[in-house]
Amino acid sequence: MAFDFERLVVEDVSRHFGRRRALNRVSLTCGAGTILGLLGPNGAGKSTLLAILSTLLAPTSGRVRYGEHEARTAGARLRARLGLLGHDLYLYPELTARENLTFFARLYGLDRPHERVERALAHASLSDRGADQVSGFSRGMRQRLALERALLHGPRLLLLDEPFTGLDDASGHALLARLRGLRDEGAIIIVATHDLDLAEGLLDQVAVLREGRLLSVPSSSGSLRERYRETVAAAQAAQDRGPR
Amino acid sequence: MRQFLRVAWVVMRKDLTVEMRSREIVYTTVFFAASCVLVFAFALVREGRPLEDAAAGILWISIAFAGTLGLGRTFERERHTETLRALMLAPSDRPAIYVGKLLGILALMAIVEAVLVPMIGLLFHAPVLARPLWLVALLGLGTLGFASVGTLFAAMLVRARSRDVLLPVLLYPITIPVIIAGVRGTAALFQATPDEPMARFWAALLVFFDVVFVTLSLWTFEPLMTE
Repeated sequence: MAFDFERLVVEDVSRHFGRRRALNRVSLTCGAGTILGLLGPNGAGKSTLLAILSTLLAPTSGRVRYGEHEARTAGARLRARLGLLGHDLYLYPELTARENLTFFARLYGLDRPHERVERALAHASLSDRGADQVSGFSRGMRQRLALERALLHGPRLLLLDEPFTGLDDASGHALLARLRGLRDEGAIIIVATHDLDLAEGLLDQVAVLREGRLLSVPSSSGSLRERYRETVAAAQAAQDRGPR
Repeated sequence: MRQFLRVAWVVMRKDLTVEMRSREIVYTTVFFAASCVLVFAFALVREGRPLEDAAAGILWISIAFAGTLGLGRTFERERHTETLRALMLAPSDRPAIYVGKLLGILALMAIVEAVLVPMIGLLFHAPVLARPLWLVALLGLGTLGFASVGTLFAAMLVRARSRDVLLPVLLYPITIPVIIAGVRGTAALFQATPDEPMARFWAALLVFFDVVFVTLSLWTFEPLMTE
């Protein structure tokens, strides 16, 4: 039976780097067919949380459950169901777009790699640039290619760190449509972003991180930007008041 | 096992393709190793007569220095693009990634050695063709021992700030037995009358080191690479 999971559960996850606490007892749950937005100022711990969810980083305490499984026990079977688009794009600049995708398709042991690669190039609108080295691509083109790299194996859990970086208006909206399509197919998508305008209307759930802590977001009817500002301002005010 | 070998092969092929495009590591390591041999030749060859038994030592010093340079650059490439993380995300046994990287480094070091050996023969009058198979065996075994530990350390240090300094500091003390065995075995072959039993003894010792180093590296790669 293929390895799969319907729910991602983060339980009391903390992560320390030396004396610095990057995440502090973060808990959240996300089900299949959901897009969760991970918002927060720079250094809030968003990328650390994504690294933990992708199994690249082990939490100092707490645990992450992928359905009934955990990273430690599921290992390679779990990694086959994860897709990560990091802030760094994980592409080889010396290789062509086609070679990059073919390499990852083979690394993942996918069947019909050439067919998948051509489809991915078409999705990225890079079919005519497939034979060009990635070093000659603009940031937006690399971003589109990197997204296809992350989606090549049809992951159940898709983790995206600033996916809108470098994308022009048309590409940004194409990405939104792609993410909605993946959600409808049952993927669990977690998007860390600062682009609240593009994320507005896309997210089913919102989690705001600040200094490694998860803040409670008001369920008011305001825009995403207003709710985010309200959440961060409330946390700042509480911090300024200090412990009572 | 088939999947393990497939992943190792895919990673090695990718590394060699990237290197064929840039030629950055091959050119720098070959140039560096050849410069080492030339400098030693100026220092240790007087009036056309080299210092006795120097050739084997110079050969292995040059291999070790060039190997360290190549190891550092190979992983610097993965660090620069953060692609090592993408490799770690692959749904395969992580030691397969290690083996792929190791095979790529072995291929690069083989190219360096293919240039160095004739240079040593020419400049130090070493009889490199007296027992060619034994020489190839000693070089292959010694290089495997050196590169197996080097690949592990270079991967481990990829995120360390002072990785360029730390790599040789950690690598050389551990691989000294390999380098000594390589030097002694090669010196036995470079004698006027090659001492084959002695070369065989050092080759057997190298096999032992290789088994230990490769086994330990395969065993520790995954835990060391999990941040």
